[in-house]
Amino acid sequence: MSAESTAASGAAGVGTTTFSGRLGALGRAEFTLLVRNRTALFAALFIPVAMIAAIKSSLGQIDLDRTGMNAVEAALSGGIGMVLIMAVYANLASAYTARREELVLKRLRTIEASDREILAGTALPAVALAFVQSAVVIAAGIAFLGIRAPRQPVVLVGGLLAGLVLLTALAAVTSAFTRTVESVQLTTMPLFMISIVGSGLFVPLEALPERIASLCELLPMTGVMTLIRAGWLGGAEGYDLMGAALSALVWTALAVFAVERWFRWEPRR
Amino acid sequence: MNESSLIEPPVIDVDALRRTYAGGFTAVNGISFSVARGEVFALLGTNGAGKTSTVELLEGLARPSGGTVRVLGSDPYSRRAAVRPRMGVMLQEGGFPSDLTVAETVRMCAGCTSGARPTDEALELVGLGKRSGVRVKQLSGGEKRRLDLALALLGRPEVLFLDEPTTGLDAEGRHDTWELIRLLRDDGTTVLLTTHYLEEAETLADRLAIMHQGRIEVTGTPAEVTAARPARIRFLLPAGVPAARLPLSLRAAAEGRRVEIRTRRLQRDLGELLRWAQESDVELEALDARSASLEEAFLEIAARSGSAEAVETTGTAGTVEVR
Repeated sequence: MSAESTAASGAAGVGTTTFSGRLGALGRAEFTLLVRNRTALFAALFIPVAMIAAIKSSLGQIDLDRTGMNAVEAALSGGIGMVLIMAVYANLASAYTARREELVLKRLRTIEASDREILAGTALPAVALAFVQSAVVIAAGIAFLGIRAPRQPVVLVGGLLAGLVLLTALAAVTSAFTRTVESVQLTTMPLFMISIVGSGLFVPLEALPERIASLCELLPMTGVMTLIRAGWLGGAEGYDLMGAALSALVWTALAVFAVERWFRWEPRR
Repeated sequence: MNESSLIEPPVIDVDALRRTYAGGFTAVNGISFSVARGEVFALLGTNGAGKTSTVELLEGLARPSGGTVRVLGSDPYSRRAAVRPRMGVMLQEGGFPSDLTVAETVRMCAGCTSGARPTDEALELVGLGKRSGVRVKQLSGGEKRRLDLALALLGRPEVLFLDEPTTGLDAEGRHDTWELIRLLRDDGTTVLLTTHYLEEAETLADRLAIMHQGRIEVTGTPAEVTAARPARIRFLLPAGVPAARLPLSLRAAAEGRRVEIRTRRLQRDLGELLRWAQESDVELEALDARSASLEEAFLEIAARSGSAEAVETTGTAGTVEVR
């Protein structure tokens, strides 16, 4: 602790921390951890791609006439939902749980980051990755598979952003009820299953019987998926879009409320 | 220090503080104390006495169930953003992602610390300069403690909370840490530390409090705390010499051959004992006379519960079991 080094560093780092600086520091550390965690990286990067192929082949047996989409379009737009579920939801549920078990979340609360910044900073790399993956899926669809360019880009991006926030919040809620990283696979299963089946990730809702479809519209991811599909491929308009946006908004608000109410910063004793 | 404490409000001010956990267990049961600027204050206690529960309230990690905490004049829980940049915290246990390197961990925290020291300087401070490229999971327990200390010191805090800062360190590491704490204190840093090493409290602390079952049993300077306790003489009588033959003026308690005398006049009673032994031609085995130490005070308080708890003391004394 020489006087020189104190003076030098004082000049270099007098400023107080900023919101973006704190988020950047947390995001950078989390990005390093994601790259070093091969299992998580593999699950986030390749499983959505594999799922797109699986969706495409299974859709061959389903009548898509009513949906106004062909199998490739349905598979690729469903693939964006897969990215949200795998790269954001499952990935972050396990990241939040791991950081809590290692007492990292507790430690971060002893420095200047606020609770929201800690959750957002931890989510940053996964969210960015999912955004890029979605962009790649759309670009690849347009360039190589002859799908039309997004009809309503604002709706598409809005749906995607809402999806990123919603699934990050749902990941934090799920992690609140998860004791160990090992049990994340179990606790993320319910949302994974109902979204795949009921929110149109695998089979577009329009292909389902009317009564079931209208029930499925109440599920957490349905609004987001409707916005993304309509934004890219067209179809839904007016009231349908408003309804989807409202559903996405309500679910996001509920999830954020649940995080504030139930999120745990320390392991159970 | 004493002068300034008269003028300045205390840096840490705790009043009737309580913490009750969800299950109904009361870990902190109405404690009050204050720490002046530049003071080193030690919270001592057996495991489960409520030290960490108390420190977490001071750090603003939890809301008190009752009473008030003020750190640098503000409530550390509700005004966390205001107090954080001025305090440094060393938790009892790590809290580092195991796959980051030492330097990456410091950088992560530095991004969230106003006026943070450069990474190299922070690591040199605690002697971890050569380990900066090592993954946290490969560090020894002592090295993790040092990393934790480096992070607590990152922002040159005005108040430092150290929860068992030297647990798991070897003797050299412990003395390095003590030296560092003294340096910081000389620079005007206020330090609150918890420990169950009595020597640590005795050498470092300006004032201390001994906690037991959620309450503060004794508080004061180390000298004040020990001055209130009697000194102790212990020895073994030879077989065939009953304790009843000891001078009556010595208030001795005997158990078999083992005799213990508690006294506030150590020199006089020891002299009398030795004279008696000489005159009666009795050989006292394992004779041991000592003034009251913090250890005595501590053991006496810990013994009140009647529960058996381990208390570690450094140096030659080794581990003392309390019953």
